[in-house]
Amino acid sequence: MNSGDTAWVLVCAALVMLMTPGLALFYGGMVRSRGVLNMLMMSLASLGLVGVLWVLYGYSGAFGSDLGGVGLLGSPLEFFGLSRLVGAEDTSDTIPTFAFVAFQAMFAILTVALISGAVADRARFGPWVLFAGLWASLVYFPVAHWVFAFDTTNESGEITAVGGWIANRLAAIDFAGGTAVHINAGAAALALVLVLGPRTGWPRGTGKPHNLPLVVLGAGLLWFGWFGFNAGSALTAGTTAAVVFVNTLVGASAAMLAWMLVERVRHGKPTTLGAVSGIVAGLVAITPACSAVTPLGAIAIGAAAGAGCALAVELKSRLRFDDSLDVVGVHLVGGLIGTLLVGFFASESAPAGVAGIFYGGGADQLWRQAVGAVAVFVYSLVLSWLIAWLLQRTIGFRLDERGEHVGIDETEHAETGYHFGDAGSTLRGSAAGERGSVEELEGSVR
Amino acid sequence: MKLLTAVVQQHKVDEVRNSLAELGVRGMTIADVQGYGRQRGHTEIYRGAEYEVDVVEKTRIEVLVDDTDADAVLRAVVSSARSGRVGDGKVWVTPVESVVRVRTGETGDQAV
Repeated sequence: MNSGDTAWVLVCAALVMLMTPGLALFYGGMVRSRGVLNMLMMSLASLGLVGVLWVLYGYSGAFGSDLGGVGLLGSPLEFFGLSRLVGAEDTSDTIPTFAFVAFQAMFAILTVALISGAVADRARFGPWVLFAGLWASLVYFPVAHWVFAFDTTNESGEITAVGGWIANRLAAIDFAGGTAVHINAGAAALALVLVLGPRTGWPRGTGKPHNLPLVVLGAGLLWFGWFGFNAGSALTAGTTAAVVFVNTLVGASAAMLAWMLVERVRHGKPTTLGAVSGIVAGLVAITPACSAVTPLGAIAIGAAAGAGCALAVELKSRLRFDDSLDVVGVHLVGGLIGTLLVGFFASESAPAGVAGIFYGGGADQLWRQAVGAVAVFVYSLVLSWLIAWLLQRTIGFRLDERGEHVGIDETEHAETGYHFGDAGSTLRGSAAGERGSVEELEGSVR
Repeated sequence: MKLLTAVVQQHKVDEVRNSLAELGVRGMTIADVQGYGRQRGHTEIYRGAEYEVDVVEKTRIEVLVDDTDADAVLRAVVSSARSGRVGDGKVWVTPVESVVRVRTGETGDQAV
């Protein structure tokens, strides 16, 4: 057991946890003021529900013994409730299994929350929570197994336990979740947009972001947490983590510059929303690649993602998809860019030690990346569409039009995000409330 | 000249604007307001405590119109703001003595 590694992974788990409230603020500031609380609540719901599901059977489904040795799913009940892990001998000789359980839990929570940005202002809260649970169980836990569960080998190199097919048989490089997290969530977002349809009045009359400083605060928390997300995925506090850390910084930096440049050229002014969207696009794209490229490669991938996503988010108006907060345009597109560019920019001198096309490696890695990306995209899109469609057909997923008009915060949560002045709102039976009821007031006016 | 003041449900603002734009109304003032009428307030339970909410949020729209247009604009506002439910609001028309366009100094109907 290595105390340095253990401390690093536990701290990184906490960093990744902070990304979900950060994401909530990032998304919350982007909607109109009457929907800010629902936006926050969709992320909070994931912290609640997926946190519990992860402990019950999620960890086991993703990292339990492979069912049938084909790399599709872990045995979901093997570590049910983690009971068998308490007091058991740790399989890794560097960190406790529970540190890994905690770290990966935050990934599951965040991935579900990412989807919510696509359905701003129009998804009923109860069905959203159901969707979150079903999606985590049927889509995320299996895909996390495909991508994050590595074979266990003994000293002579024989496989003692089979892991996921993308990580091992295919050997696609996805260091921290370009496929499992971002393509996965982006594809699910696209499915939800298809099932739920656009907001009433979209694209006219759905409002600009109501609080951009909140969006910047959220983006800052995301970037901060992302160092845990990527560098923590090394699962050890050493050179790999440090290289990944620098790549995570510079990938996002380059992407922000690229996005602002695209805006400057196309629309004349760089915007705050563009800058923070660029940050996230760069972080998304560098996520799969951060262990496989040099810092110069990270700059190239970040810039490609910043420019690519800036152009991609403009497509939604033309294609008539109300991907409200650009989950598809940033996470799906950014995830694809990062995952595929590994095939070009991977350098043998980077920690992953694989050469891509630009470093004399040929196209071998590129097709592995493409197969992994397409597999996750198709699986997530189809399953997500089915889950959402079933919910819409049975209990109704979409908020009714009147609820949308009044505002989803009021309709679904009986709250409003901003309450300026409290004219006329008094606690019944309190001293203030006894000053007089409306009826008495009206009587005195007459 | 007339000043037409309408207090309407918040979500009806777009419909009112569109209907007035069709009549050629070129400007208006819009404000978020709170108040109560016959609808009065309502009781809300929040965290187990009961609150009397005496006022509700509405939107106030003010439009300056020529005397000849006043009736048509009034009818357009009423029909576009109506949902038929309690709380649709009120519209009233008041005479206006003078209007000046600040930039040019134009007065009267020229300034509307």
